[in-house]
Amino acid sequence: MPIRRDSKERYVEVELRRGEETLWERCRACGELVFRRRLKENNYICPKCGAYFFLTAQERVVALIDEGTFQDLTLPLESTDPLSFSDRKPYRDRLREAQETTGLKDAVVVGRGKLAGHPVVLAVMEFRFIGGSMGTVVGEQLAHAMEQAVEAREPFLFVVASGGARVQEGVLSLLQMAKTVAVREQLARQGVPYIAVLTYPSTGGVMASLASLADFTLAEQGALIGFAGPRVIEQTTGQKLPPGFQRAQYALSHGVVDAVVPREGLKGELAHLLDILQGVPSA
Amino acid sequence: MPDERAIRILEEKVAELRRMIEEGGLELSQELEVLEQRLQQLRREQYAKLSDWDRVQLARHPERPRGLALVQKVCDDFYELRGDRLGGDDPALRGGVARLGDRPVAVLFHERGATPAEQRACRGGMPLPTGYRKAVRIMRLAGRLRLPLVSFVDTPGAYPGVEAEAGNIAGAIADCLATLLTLPVPTLAVILGEGGSGGAIAIAACDRVLMLENATYTVISPEGAAAILWKESSAAPQAAQALALSAARLRKLGVVDGVIPEPVGGAHLDPQATAQALREALLGHLEELASLAVEELLALRYSRYRNVGIRDAKAKTG
Repeated sequence: MPIRRDSKERYVEVELRRGEETLWERCRACGELVFRRRLKENNYICPKCGAYFFLTAQERVVALIDEGTFQDLTLPLESTDPLSFSDRKPYRDRLREAQETTGLKDAVVVGRGKLAGHPVVLAVMEFRFIGGSMGTVVGEQLAHAMEQAVEAREPFLFVVASGGARVQEGVLSLLQMAKTVAVREQLARQGVPYIAVLTYPSTGGVMASLASLADFTLAEQGALIGFAGPRVIEQTTGQKLPPGFQRAQYALSHGVVDAVVPREGLKGELAHLLDILQGVPSA
Repeated sequence: MPDERAIRILEEKVAELRRMIEEGGLELSQELEVLEQRLQQLRREQYAKLSDWDRVQLARHPERPRGLALVQKVCDDFYELRGDRLGGDDPALRGGVARLGDRPVAVLFHERGATPAEQRACRGGMPLPTGYRKAVRIMRLAGRLRLPLVSFVDTPGAYPGVEAEAGNIAGAIADCLATLLTLPVPTLAVILGEGGSGGAIAIAACDRVLMLENATYTVISPEGAAAILWKESSAAPQAAQALALSAARLRKLGVVDGVIPEPVGGAHLDPQATAQALREALLGHLEELASLAVEELLALRYSRYRNVGIRDAKAKTG
């Protein structure tokens, strides 16, 4: 992942971190060596330049959910590689590598827990797992998460970190857009609130389906939010992209999100919203 | 593309012979018959060997029947509805009402344009947010008036441009999907040419999904997949194969409900026959769907989409 610098926003992308345990982490934006514990205390924001590090799904859960309340509800599923897909590398190998890197079977974690005391069911996407792409497993996990929210009558929280549909599962991935949207309608029918948090990146098929249909949509500061990626747009249309294009502030000013929230304020903002929504859905 | 030169040469000979018979009154009908049979044979042989990449080319063929011209052949009395009522009207995604058999229906279709000027205005059949908002408007109208919805899909994808992003193309597609999936009337989609990604599924997530024999339906263009995964554009033919985008593969995967055969050589060789086959297939499926109560229809649709891919996500072993 190349470094992305956005002059309008404090947020700067840094490269994906691997799972290995190191004491120090180098900020790819400014080059500063940061003590890992210090980084964690600082919400994975570089203390020197303010760059946001990618959060793993587990780190995101820890950042949002009250300690000791998280219950993992992720179904024990993994992709069967339905198309026997192979490009320069077999899809099976890519899956295995992603599983080793992330410790997950696919690109999402589903669970139940309390956010500042409020019970929620949440799904958190894992960008390190093949770009947080949605294939048959992610689609099924998201459907499962929403069904759990309906069952428990608790708000559904979806933290998005996805480049889009998973190419290696072809149309089956595309159809997960329809699947997640179909199940989202169950939340609506049952009056269960749905809050989406869009982070870097929230693009492609996930954004053109479930992620765009929340009752409340927050963007983490600096998030990339859109349908087509910036490079595709430049190459296809030859258009020059305006400054800050597809970033959180741009999404806010174009009516796509309700608020832009800095990472350190995200839990507080969500807690505020859940305070207001207390009693929704009614028992 | 299979080598079409031999076919072209024969076609010219046949045409020449026809002219000679008509103009000169020569008695050459036996020769003509032999030649025509050879031509058909050659087409069949070439056609049987089509690769998925060949089909991509056929799906994109400039003379392929599509857009308004095809809709007018399949339906009777098409009446176009314009505008999303929110400030725009996209020529790349059109719709209206029409008669199909003895029924009134609502119709949606992608448009690539018949003339160069139209083609530019349609951006090669890539809709803007306003196109999908118009589609939502027509879907809702279909719901209110209890008109079955027939959707003709033919797009490389939604338009990847700055104005599309500024207008929230992702949200417009998502709204289309949400409306379509809960519409209280039978919904029927047919992929005519290219079923390109989100821009296609927005109007294709229906009770029944049909494909013309050489149509493609894919999460990403072969060129896009080649660039992302193979890191070289020349891998597009391999990508086409790997993506399982052909009607035959998708029928096997259970993603489409029916494949409508095309004339030997492709739909562009006989648009009238293509339209006729399409019409008959649509009428058959409409008849079946119309016999279902609304609750049953919605339950079947929900089950179809809720469970899609479920067999392909297996329980972890060990």
